[in-house]
Amino acid sequence: MTLVYLGGALFLLLTLVAGLWRVLRGPTAADRMLAAQLFGTTAVACLLLLAEADRAPALRDVALVFALLAVVAVVTFVRRNWRAAGEDLDAD
Amino acid sequence: MLIDGLSLLLLIAGMIFFLAGTLGVLRFPDVYTRLHALTKADNVGLGLIVAALALQAPAWAVVGKLILVWLLVLVASTLSCHLVARTAQRRGVTPWQ
Repeated sequence: MTLVYLGGALFLLLTLVAGLWRVLRGPTAADRMLAAQLFGTTAVACLLLLAEADRAPALRDVALVFALLAVVAVVTFVRRNWRAAGEDLDAD
Repeated sequence: MLIDGLSLLLLIAGMIFFLAGTLGVLRFPDVYTRLHALTKADNVGLGLIVAALALQAPAWAVVGKLILVWLLVLVASTLSCHLVARTAQRRGVTPWQ
């Protein structure tokens, strides 16, 4: 079964690399941020698989923190330097 | 033996959703459709992988932690994709059709 998990983790890494192309080409900043969000989730799945493959329970906590940080990154990007026109700083 | 087969099946299904999500993000024409594809990979792909791992988990605490990670990612990706879509609409990003 460990081989299956490692194969799955490798496959997820390949989809990660495929996602990089969207970061390169993404016309708007939102597309690049989308790819970052997708990387966050793919990394979480990868970490969970590795936690099971290597019997390292600590990796599950790393996946939890990673899921949180991916959100903080996107929210910070949207609220800080991608403001909608005419939206004042402390709206909603 | 049955559990291994079942978790293998779930794992492969999760992989398929991740692949579909990534291809969706690469291929779709504009921001909104990419958001749609992205959340599919997040919610369902990760859900299937967590289900596959939960079958193999040695203790209930581990299953609880796995489900907690999945719920967090569910809420997180929904929130951030909604935020991106709303701001994109306010900035006048028009759907491609």
